[in-house]
Amino acid sequence: MVFLQYLISGISIGSIYAIIALGYTMVYGIAKMLNFAHGDVIMVGGYISFCTTSYLGLPGWVSVVFAVAVCTVLGVVIEGLAYRPLRQAGSLAVLITAIGVSYLLQNAAQLIWGATPKNFTSLVSFEVPEFLSRLNVSGVMLVTVVACVVIMLGLTWFTSRTKLGKAMRACSEDRGAAQLMGINVNRTISMTFAIGSALAAIAGVLLCSYSPVLQPTTGSMPGIKAFTAAVFGGIGSIPGAFLGGVLLGIIEAMARAYLSTNLANSIVFAVLIVVLLVRPAGLLGKYVPEKV
Amino acid sequence: MAKKFEKGKMVPVPSRSIIPERDLDKSPILECSHLGIDFGGLRAVDDFNLTIGRTEIAGLIGPNGAGKTTVFNLLTKVYQPTRGTILLDGFDTAGKTTAQINRMGIARTFQNIRLFSNLSVEDNVKVGLHNQEKYSALTGVLRLPKYWRQEKAAHERALELLSIFDMQDLAPHKAGSLPYGAQRRLEIVRALATNPSLLLLDEPAAGMNPSETAELMENIVKIRDTFQIAVLLIEHDMNLVMGICEGICVLNFGRVIAKGTSEEIQANPAVIEAYLGKKRGS
Repeated sequence: MVFLQYLISGISIGSIYAIIALGYTMVYGIAKMLNFAHGDVIMVGGYISFCTTSYLGLPGWVSVVFAVAVCTVLGVVIEGLAYRPLRQAGSLAVLITAIGVSYLLQNAAQLIWGATPKNFTSLVSFEVPEFLSRLNVSGVMLVTVVACVVIMLGLTWFTSRTKLGKAMRACSEDRGAAQLMGINVNRTISMTFAIGSALAAIAGVLLCSYSPVLQPTTGSMPGIKAFTAAVFGGIGSIPGAFLGGVLLGIIEAMARAYLSTNLANSIVFAVLIVVLLVRPAGLLGKYVPEKV
Repeated sequence: MAKKFEKGKMVPVPSRSIIPERDLDKSPILECSHLGIDFGGLRAVDDFNLTIGRTEIAGLIGPNGAGKTTVFNLLTKVYQPTRGTILLDGFDTAGKTTAQINRMGIARTFQNIRLFSNLSVEDNVKVGLHNQEKYSALTGVLRLPKYWRQEKAAHERALELLSIFDMQDLAPHKAGSLPYGAQRRLEIVRALATNPSLLLLDEPAAGMNPSETAELMENIVKIRDTFQIAVLLIEHDMNLVMGICEGICVLNFGRVIAKGTSEEIQANPAVIEAYLGKKRGS
């Protein structure tokens, strides 16, 4: 019974990691860059939702729509201003820019909203059926898991069945050839950032509903863990990000419950190192040997 | 039924080039004048002039390293030319991006195959159809009727294009799993899917055996006849070039050394010298 509770809490926190990891993996797969500012977009999503509910007094679902809209625009603007000019530059330059953007967002948030943590009121407040509440399952947990599965299936469908999805996969495989087939690579990458950032907003609202403390650094740790999850599952792979996120959540919950609360994070990263030693491309990643 | 074109009589046009006589009443599809590009101090291509008629099959030949693929890269704006102009269907292509050039009507294949090997054969063709499918991302997400209509049309079009090479049965397979010859054919289908008016083929017969090459020759002519488009191809297989190309342009060290019909090219001393070297003592 206790084990089941830990498992469920692991799956639900893992689902949040998975939603964030999906954004990481999409952007990496198509733009071939690590967007380290992704975690901070989550934080912005949380603040936007907080402001709409607390200051404007609008209902929860409106705040989610608001957060998604603002983050989508933010993602596209970041890509256009910071990353697009570096399209031909080395990957190291882009990586450092991404870290810079991350600090910029954190400090901007601190200027606007202050460093004092805000108390985020959970947006999900419905009662769960009794058999679930006996397992310590809250409404947020249910919503998170359902949202995560829906998003994962939706993205898989979107990338395989729509023309933009196909353009994305084409860009991911061979940007040059895609361009020569008439695909506007800049616009495709822009759309990828829009989707990734919209997911980050949803993750932000869920994360803050889950643990209600909102401050400018709220997004960093989940961001890094989600990145770990994406690598763990095989970066670039959508089902991989989902699997990696959920597994990471479970490992973390189990480590916290049975080994040590303080060491939980260290254990998570130790597991990552071991997995990468055994399977360098991650769980579902494809290891492609370089042709010589 | 598509109109069949025989190898036509070649006639000179003002821009120091020749096109088939039947294309004379229409403006040429491609006119390059004084095209050139430098890589650092190296003049990779210089003073390249070429005019191609609406329904011409033209060949671009030359020894290795002559700059043939560089010309393709200039035409498709993978490289921005240092000098000269390219007119496509009378429109200047200066300042256009690669994707815009494709939409203007140039499609190409690659010397070393560049298919999207993890996508299915059908999806590869559908990537080519990208700009002909007109629905927004939102329509796609919401799966509105327009999405279904357009995807159905794209599916049918993809199969129709694949049937040119009798490949419709391969549609669900991964492109990377196809045999080499089929991958080369799929590249041509993918390029055709973008609805070009000029098709650039970079060594389409590379690695093919004589019977495959013969089939490819028939197919290139068939494609030109069916779609009424111009084809410019780079090829080392002289049987193919002499067999189907109406106008041939010979490059050496980035410069055009000869232009003409297959008979003229085969008799041209400069071409023989470029390929075989100078006769001793002459």
